Amino acid sequence: MAYVTVKGGEQAIDNAHAWLAEERRGDRTVQELTLAQIEQQLGRSVDRAMGEGSLYDRELAALAVKQAQGDLIEAAFLLRAYRTTLPRFAHSLPIETATMQIRRRISAVFKDLPGGQVLGPTYDYTHRLLDFDMAHSDARTSDEAVSTMPRVPDILGHEGLIEPDGNGEAEPGDLTRQPLSFPATRDVRLQALARGDEGFLLALGYSTQRGYGGTHPFAGEIRMGEVAVEIEPPELGFAIDIGDITVTECQMVNQFKGSKTTPPQFTRGYGLVFGFCERKAMAMALVDRAMRAEELGEEVTAPAQNVEFVLYHSDNIEATGFVEHLKLPHYVDFQSELQNVRRLQREVALTAERAEAVCGQDTPPPLAGGSWGQGAVPPSSPLPPTSSREGRGRFSP
Amino acid sequence: MPDALPPDQPNAARRRWMAVLARADIDELGDRLGALPPYRVLRGPEAGLVMVRGRTGGGGAPFNLGEMTTTRCTVRTDTGFVGHAYVAGRNERLAQLAALADALLQDPIQQDRLLEDVIEPLAATQQARRDTVAAKAAATRVQFFAMRNMRS
Repeated sequence: MAYVTVKGGEQAIDNAHAWLAEERRGDRTVQELTLAQIEQQLGRSVDRAMGEGSLYDRELAALAVKQAQGDLIEAAFLLRAYRTTLPRFAHSLPIETATMQIRRRISAVFKDLPGGQVLGPTYDYTHRLLDFDMAHSDARTSDEAVSTMPRVPDILGHEGLIEPDGNGEAEPGDLTRQPLSFPATRDVRLQALARGDEGFLLALGYSTQRGYGGTHPFAGEIRMGEVAVEIEPPELGFAIDIGDITVTECQMVNQFKGSKTTPPQFTRGYGLVFGFCERKAMAMALVDRAMRAEELGEEVTAPAQNVEFVLYHSDNIEATGFVEHLKLPHYVDFQSELQNVRRLQREVALTAERAEAVCGQDTPPPLAGGSWGQGAVPPSSPLPPTSSREGRGRFSP
Repeated sequence: MPDALPPDQPNAARRRWMAVLARADIDELGDRLGALPPYRVLRGPEAGLVMVRGRTGGGGAPFNLGEMTTTRCTVRTDTGFVGHAYVAGRNERLAQLAALADALLQDPIQQDRLLEDVIEPLAATQQARRDTVAAKAAATRVQFFAMRNMRS
């Protein structure tokens, strides 16, 4: 690494942490937040911390949000760190989103789809005006219940208009066990996207809509609600249901011209995230589809289609680690850079003096000589893989 | 300890009560179980993780979505029944009581009484919770009209 070990400053660090704790608590005449309040009233923050922290536990996520003063990337970081302290008992059977207890289910492609459109607790159709009353809305109910809802791809699938889910029961890759490697299969890509940064995926998804790897997307279906999680413990030998989790799923439907082997049909991008994170699920589905460009025989020209670019930069814990490591002591590095610059300046001055002495002419000194660039390369930067650099030229629109 | 259930559906009943116990409110479960018989804890209760899997496209090949906290416990009653519990979250007391209930429910002598006094009421509470959500969702069901249709 390019930073150096330093010692000392224990007292200052203790004082800084004490002040941080004081700042976190804020004015002590104001009541302290409880975890239940955060979990209940800041549910979207809790959901995002769980998704990007890749750990479903509402109470822990509420604690992380509180400890991080609402900094959600920091909260996700705390959850990632915590999970390493726990053993893994099992993996679940794949959750069945078709049997979800629906809280929200909409489709932008069929207005009269079987099961109906259920808005659920949505911000859609609100006026985005600050509500200074924050009136408590009494929850309204209906006598008729919401029954099972077929998935939109299944509706289109009957006519062969849309690509099927595909099958295979191969053991999926696991980024918590094996580091990312390329080519990354779709199971690994989906795992990376599910824990990826919402803002990054949102921007990439948006870029595809603006033409950087366009996929002509339609929100085939978005559903949110509770699904049961089942595991099969070896001591029992049969599957048991261990409880429910809330997930948001997005089926993005995209145009596809067809290829030599495939008839023209709709293709799909898939988004699935912990909690109620609709924007993230939609962005994930857009980026998932964009990354399938090569598989579908499309030209890879845009950042969102570049699997390495997306996956190497989607994880905000890694990103924040590398960006924020710049705060650590780089004294030795910088000293060598400083010497470099001083030497170069001396050389430039010397060259100019000589040129003046020889020609007596008023030529400007050759600033930014060739050797400058070598010194300015980030010294031994550990992260960016050399392979991704090859792809860089392809990003220009 | 063999399951006290008919061999044609060896685990259906047990799977159901384990699912109900995993979602139980800890206070309600404690109240309904009442005085606990003597038992020994064989494992846990201990918190750990379950890697939740989804399916590509909703129905395709599995992928790893992310982990969830889970607590497990195994107990043996003095009458020799071994009960297991895996419950979402980190509530160790819930896992322990659920494991004990699982053991007791395997005892043919106690099963009917426990199903009636513990499992069915808990299941009813959970169903009521689901019904409330379903009714709230139903109240937000919309019928969109395309503009052309609105004229007719």
